[in-house]
Amino acid sequence: MGNIGVLIETDGGSVKETNLGILAAACSQGENTIIAVIMEKTVAGAKDILGRYGAQTVVHVSAGGADMAASPDLMAGALAAVVEQYRLDAVFGLASAQGRDIFARLASRMDLPLASDCLSVDLAAKTVRKSHFSGKTVATIRMSAAVLLCTIRPNAIEAVESPVEAVEASFEASVQDPGRVTVVDVNTEAAETIDLTEAAVIVTGGRPIASAENYKMLEECARLLGGTIGASRAAVDAGFAPHSMQVGQTGKTVSPRLYIGCGLSGSVQHFAGMKTSKVIVAINTDKDAPIFEKCDYGIIGDLFEVVPALTEALKEYR
Amino acid sequence: MQLYVCVKHVPDTAANIRIVGEHGFDDGGCKFVVNPYDEYAVEQAVQMTEKNGGEVVVVTVGKAAAAATLRAAMAMGAHRGILVTVENQFVDSQTTARALQAAIEMDGQPDIVFTGKGAVDTEGFQTPYRLAAAMDLPVVNEVNKMRLVEGKAIVGREIGGGARQSLEVSLPCVLGATKGLNDPRYPKFPDIMKAKKKPLKELALVDLDIQTGGARSALVGLEKVPERSGARILDGDVRQAVNALVKILKEDEKVI
Repeated sequence: MGNIGVLIETDGGSVKETNLGILAAACSQGENTIIAVIMEKTVAGAKDILGRYGAQTVVHVSAGGADMAASPDLMAGALAAVVEQYRLDAVFGLASAQGRDIFARLASRMDLPLASDCLSVDLAAKTVRKSHFSGKTVATIRMSAAVLLCTIRPNAIEAVESPVEAVEASFEASVQDPGRVTVVDVNTEAAETIDLTEAAVIVTGGRPIASAENYKMLEECARLLGGTIGASRAAVDAGFAPHSMQVGQTGKTVSPRLYIGCGLSGSVQHFAGMKTSKVIVAINTDKDAPIFEKCDYGIIGDLFEVVPALTEALKEYR
Repeated sequence: MQLYVCVKHVPDTAANIRIVGEHGFDDGGCKFVVNPYDEYAVEQAVQMTEKNGGEVVVVTVGKAAAAATLRAAMAMGAHRGILVTVENQFVDSQTTARALQAAIEMDGQPDIVFTGKGAVDTEGFQTPYRLAAAMDLPVVNEVNKMRLVEGKAIVGREIGGGARQSLEVSLPCVLGATKGLNDPRYPKFPDIMKAKKKPLKELALVDLDIQTGGARSALVGLEKVPERSGARILDGDVRQAVNALVKILKEDEKVI
């Protein structure tokens, strides 16, 4: 029996869907109290959705009216105050840009070990499983501190409903902003509507895509699947796509339920970033491309013919 | 400026990892390289001193073989190296951070300490933060843009979906570098030769008064991730193949 905190991330004023898998990870640890922690005053529908996925308590945290989004140190400090106030035995979060940052600040501030980007957690055994060596191996780490901190790879654990009647609470954290790191601007101009690392379906184009314009073809297909588009390192280096779209080593690590690679050779570095996808499909003109040796389904053909045909087929099946 | 760059000697990402025992690996049997993210950190520091003068000191915590990574960083233009020797490839991030802190503080006063955003072997992504906490400095990780303005660093990082965040950080500070910050140079042969003559200091953890043991996280298992066993190729013309694929994804895999 323990108290598990889950740091909830929001996007555009609502709870991000990938949080629900993290709640599922927390709920699967036996009889515990699940406390969802939100670093905002109000989030539309938070109590209902978080309760449906097993959060008994939804805590809205504030810090003297300060804007926590503008100071990662302040947010980490407020989270540390929550850990003490609610006597948390574990804190789970997303291994997202924000989660990675806040948890690492929390861990160094509280001098606690942290397991990053975990694939699974076992609170009873106090172990986590996570990637080592760019996805080639999985390590089991024993975490023996009083509080277990971990971030979990988005989509690595499936969301499972576990309805309870959630209680909402507010907590005023008594923390000061050290004021040494301040967010001065957030630019969302180039932002996609779905974050690559959190997408359930990803359609990736390799170098044969040949231009930035041609990604529109992949985008249409991805949109029908409720997903987004990615790029290989070769395509990014050739200037066809921004680095924010790169999957693999020196890019993003993703774990969607469906990954469709178009014109990818299948390098180790690329697989490092998408190996934990549930189903991997490859489309390539070269029947000997290495990717066919390590994916689930393959179509040997030109992506410029196969992708539009796939888009049409998806429209028909809808 | 006095710049320190923390680097790590890691197995090449393309290397085949042979697991030994419960949680060891055959580090004699694979090629090691400079951790890829650290190359952005080294390049950034070198470019800054090329422009404004100063010194770049590369620091690593690793086995004796990690000297090769310091030499590689010196071939890129770093001036000196400090190797803190340990017996194990997997040192917990608290110990690593304390060792880096002690080695840096013993050496000089940094204006900026650069690191890579994380290491590709343990994938812990927290040493920059722990180092900053140990040195009582501010930290920003995953930095892919930076400039200096009146004693402050203005840095950029990506926060998901292509959205960008700009942050102001007071100096001295710790910055974790990632792709996009610059294009790391490939050292030329004369640079590699020159690097062999640059000063490299070796220290042991005891020299820095750092005790090991008592780590509250420990690697207890290491397993190969099984590769998928070859694709099921969907035959026929394009139309037949995509129809078969959609059917499988919907009915068998239930992913769409």
